[in-house]
Amino acid sequence: MSTQEQVFTSMTNGGPISVYVKDGKIVRVRPLQIEENDYKPWVIEADGKTYSPPKAVRVAPPVQAERNRTDSYNRILYPLKRVDFDPNGERNPENRGKSGYERISWDEAITIVSNEMQRLIVNYGGASISGMTSSHHNWGIVGYKMGPFSRFMNMLHYTPVFDNPDSWEGWHWGATHTYGYYWRLGMPEQFDLLEDALKNTEMIVLWSNDPDSTRGTYSGQESAIWRVWVKEKGIKTVFIDPFYNYTNAAMDGTWLPPRPGSDTALAMAIAYTWIVEETYDKEYVEARTVGFDEFRDYILGKGEDGLAKTPAWAAEKSGIAERKIVSLAREWASKRTSLSCGSRGGEGGACRTADGMDWARMMVLLQAMQGLGKPGISIWGMTMGAPSDSDKWFPAYAEPQGMMGKANIAQRKLSNENKTKQRLFRLTLPEAIMRGEEEFYGEGFCGQSLEQQFTKQTYPIEAPVRMFYRYGGSFFGTMVDTSKWVKMYQCPNLEMVVAQDCWWSGETKFADIILPACTGLERNDIGEWAACGGYTTNAHIGNNYRVIARQQKCVEPAGESKSDYEIFTLLADRLGKKELFTEGNTEDDWAKLFFESSDIAKDVSWEEFNKKGYHVVPVPDNYKPTPSMRWFVEGRPCDTPDTGNPKRGTEKAHELGTYSGKIEFSSVSLRENTPDDPERPVIPHYRESWEGYGSEPHKRFPLQLISPHPRFSFHTHYDNHCTWINEIPLHRVEKNGYRWWPVRINPEDARERNLQTGDIVELYNDRGSVLCITQVTERVPAGTIHSYASSAKYDPVVPGKADSPDKAGCVNILTPSKMMGRMVPGMTPNSCVCEIRKWEA
Amino acid sequence: MARYALAFDIEKCTGCYSCVLACKDEYAGNDHLPLSAAQPYSEHNWLTIKEVEQGQGTKIKVDYVPMTCQHCENPLCATVAPEGAVYTRADGIVIIDPDKSKGCKEIVEACPYRVVSWNEEAQLAQKCTMCAHMLDNGETTTRCAECCPTGALIFGDLDDPNSEISKFMTEKGDRVEAYKPELGARPVVRYLGLPKVFIAGEVVCADTPAECPGGVKVRIAALDGSMSAETTTDFLGDFEFKNLECNQQYRVTAELQGYAPVELVVRANASKNIGELVLTK
Repeated sequence: MSTQEQVFTSMTNGGPISVYVKDGKIVRVRPLQIEENDYKPWVIEADGKTYSPPKAVRVAPPVQAERNRTDSYNRILYPLKRVDFDPNGERNPENRGKSGYERISWDEAITIVSNEMQRLIVNYGGASISGMTSSHHNWGIVGYKMGPFSRFMNMLHYTPVFDNPDSWEGWHWGATHTYGYYWRLGMPEQFDLLEDALKNTEMIVLWSNDPDSTRGTYSGQESAIWRVWVKEKGIKTVFIDPFYNYTNAAMDGTWLPPRPGSDTALAMAIAYTWIVEETYDKEYVEARTVGFDEFRDYILGKGEDGLAKTPAWAAEKSGIAERKIVSLAREWASKRTSLSCGSRGGEGGACRTADGMDWARMMVLLQAMQGLGKPGISIWGMTMGAPSDSDKWFPAYAEPQGMMGKANIAQRKLSNENKTKQRLFRLTLPEAIMRGEEEFYGEGFCGQSLEQQFTKQTYPIEAPVRMFYRYGGSFFGTMVDTSKWVKMYQCPNLEMVVAQDCWWSGETKFADIILPACTGLERNDIGEWAACGGYTTNAHIGNNYRVIARQQKCVEPAGESKSDYEIFTLLADRLGKKELFTEGNTEDDWAKLFFESSDIAKDVSWEEFNKKGYHVVPVPDNYKPTPSMRWFVEGRPCDTPDTGNPKRGTEKAHELGTYSGKIEFSSVSLRENTPDDPERPVIPHYRESWEGYGSEPHKRFPLQLISPHPRFSFHTHYDNHCTWINEIPLHRVEKNGYRWWPVRINPEDARERNLQTGDIVELYNDRGSVLCITQVTERVPAGTIHSYASSAKYDPVVPGKADSPDKAGCVNILTPSKMMGRMVPGMTPNSCVCEIRKWEA
Repeated sequence: MARYALAFDIEKCTGCYSCVLACKDEYAGNDHLPLSAAQPYSEHNWLTIKEVEQGQGTKIKVDYVPMTCQHCENPLCATVAPEGAVYTRADGIVIIDPDKSKGCKEIVEACPYRVVSWNEEAQLAQKCTMCAHMLDNGETTTRCAECCPTGALIFGDLDDPNSEISKFMTEKGDRVEAYKPELGARPVVRYLGLPKVFIAGEVVCADTPAECPGGVKVRIAALDGSMSAETTTDFLGDFEFKNLECNQQYRVTAELQGYAPVELVVRANASKNIGELVLTK
């Protein structure tokens, strides 16, 4: 390698990297080149065999294309103004998404945006400004959305938009009412479950879980080797998923594909089998749970519906043979079985269905019937639970001490000083803007208490929103019924729309002013691998090594792009608030302040860290595993590093986070707060989905669409920004010069519609129309089609026309707005029916 | 002197594409002369992955077969190239000299594995160099092997008994094979677990339709007598026979005491889910 090359370190949402730069250009990006001596691999012993990770970091696949993403053909290089937008004259909001742009100077752009902010604040108050961010297009706590964006916007007293917990809806709105863990948004703790599985687990049931694709969210491919170990050890794996997913393929596991939305029925039939055959853990149920009798009666048909939830009944709903359900239930009960749900433990597409909250509750209750927390009996996503040092604290992006607007290192905690009480909710934002009013329940991520889920919000209470500030990513590909976002943008109620991003995405071209941001490789920052903090404390247990990186500026920002911090500083300056916003700190000052506030500063100096570029936190020699929920089974105080657990360290530390402190078959929190809510009864119920198999819409649109999280991109990031990702033939497929989004369809359904692999097809229902390229495959059963969510691109045949077919593959245009319930505001994209026809003859 | 090779363990490959992307990162737009000229930024891959789906219904398998230059001991591409344009280094790596081979499109056509791409703009036949420029610079791995998360892609020196690849070859023994050795190029790259034909199915007892018969003995025998094997059904009544000969005819028999045996003859011209074998008393 040329001696002229410089090597920098950085961190991405999929792991740490070394960036090689020559003549001001990135020439290669490799997984972080950690010195051999810095690796101190842990060792797990199980059944006479030792397991230890290789001395390497395994980043997420798209991160290999980071150079390609930085040099993307789709970078936003200059400030832009929509050609027919005149802040002092005609604004033509109806032309958003249709009109082109003209280049303007930074000075003009900042003038237009700050003048508008000033006008709105003076006339209507800060609440008339709202804004939203996507997650994780860049890593680093200084530059992250919860840093500068939050600090700046809250300084203006803007109207925040609550995120819905889009990846784990059912766990958030349902499972929390069975076992607490609301501080983890419904996902269970995962500590030391790898060792527990290798030592004790005899069978793993992966239910709506594709860990090889979702990768524990930010842990790259660190856990891929764990699954090799599980496979080689001969632990039986069963996959319950309408899609023969990539983990299923890799592990060669048994595949049971239920019809989408029938998972709850299937789970209830398993419970039925255990009840009638008395193969559940009675002692555990007696000592560690409440409300079992009521649940048992409901399952056996002695409840109000009088319907026994038998395997034969579930077979009709799910399409899985009765004998398979019975035999699975028996095997599950006779073996130490781990239930593997979702990315970190608690995600997966089944939780995003009409009854996703009932399914998630059933997942917890099934394991409760088998002794959840006992050796080998866990809810384990297969992506977290490595030995790790969780005592050493380093700020993570979603915890207050990792946010420049909330941390003690700031003189003014501006993110906490927003006087506006007005709130919006992402799922109903378009309706709220267009109608000018909206009511909804909950507070988005309800991580502070169970009661947060029941609060009622009314909009507007201060001022209708007139300006929308969009930052990073595109919701067209990730939310539901998304053509309503098109309509929202074209609504005159929004007097101004700003987009700030590094790359062009579907939503970008709906802005009036576009501000080009630089990427994480073009500025300085600091960040720990996978450390989200907040609702997943100590998320570094998804990695084999705890790595903290100095994110060094590797190259100059592309075009005229600037860091987000710099952009907000420029705006703050015009608003006369620069000093308040920055406190005189540069980005590097913040990075250093964060570093000095951490435990790592006791082990390594800033200067040394800054120079070396990374620090690996070793696992202590005397490491003592504390398997998740073992403390609960054994009636001990919580001994895991689940630092968000509010009972931890108190006299109630042996309790779960439910009202009763136990697992609740019949939910005490629901009984006390919403006893009569038919949509979320106190014990989980099976109800026919309003858009499931056999429903009225299904009679007109006989294909059920599932749209899980994507495999080769992350949210809308990397897709349509990296040529090399676009060219992965399983991600997008080229035909006639266009890169189409694949839809997977069973040969039987394809034959009936005269479709072949490679045909361009229209997926349609009453909500919209999306064009995809056909992949005929046995990986989905007849009646179900699969197409990933998260296309970054939105490209309607008629530009800017909401009901025009989207060529780019935003299949979420087809998914329903309808939520799990009036008081259960979780989205339900996997309760979606549609039909397919050939687009071109 | 080292003797470098790559091996692909398909049983471990998850089809994650990290290797494909890392390869792009190393070569797209980057000259590594005199070993390789820059690969076009787009639509060229010197390492690809073929997705192989087999079976029907719920009895399917999906494998990922990485494909790249096989670094043949008898490189057929060299036979059509000008003198010295395709050469084998002392360490076994086959290189297409970007200077001497300019304009020679025949190299692309001559490769029986179809892994040489034609760079129209540069008028060059291009392919994997096993990251020779990195090895020459003291590195001990290739970009593709470096990022493989499961150890499915193995690089190393066959002459070093302690190298990863030597250990792999020793451990896996006869199961390691070359891809299409019949083409006569004597490839150096090795594979484990290349997709083979399988027959899978499930056993059902007619008198107890609401439970799966586990532990039922199922036998398979080739009609020409060349092989026979036996297995038992798992707890879901499922069975499978892997690594069968393509287009061979097989007799599959399920037996359970107290039931009449069931027998089926199947031609394994592709992997087959033969469905339910129903046992009756």
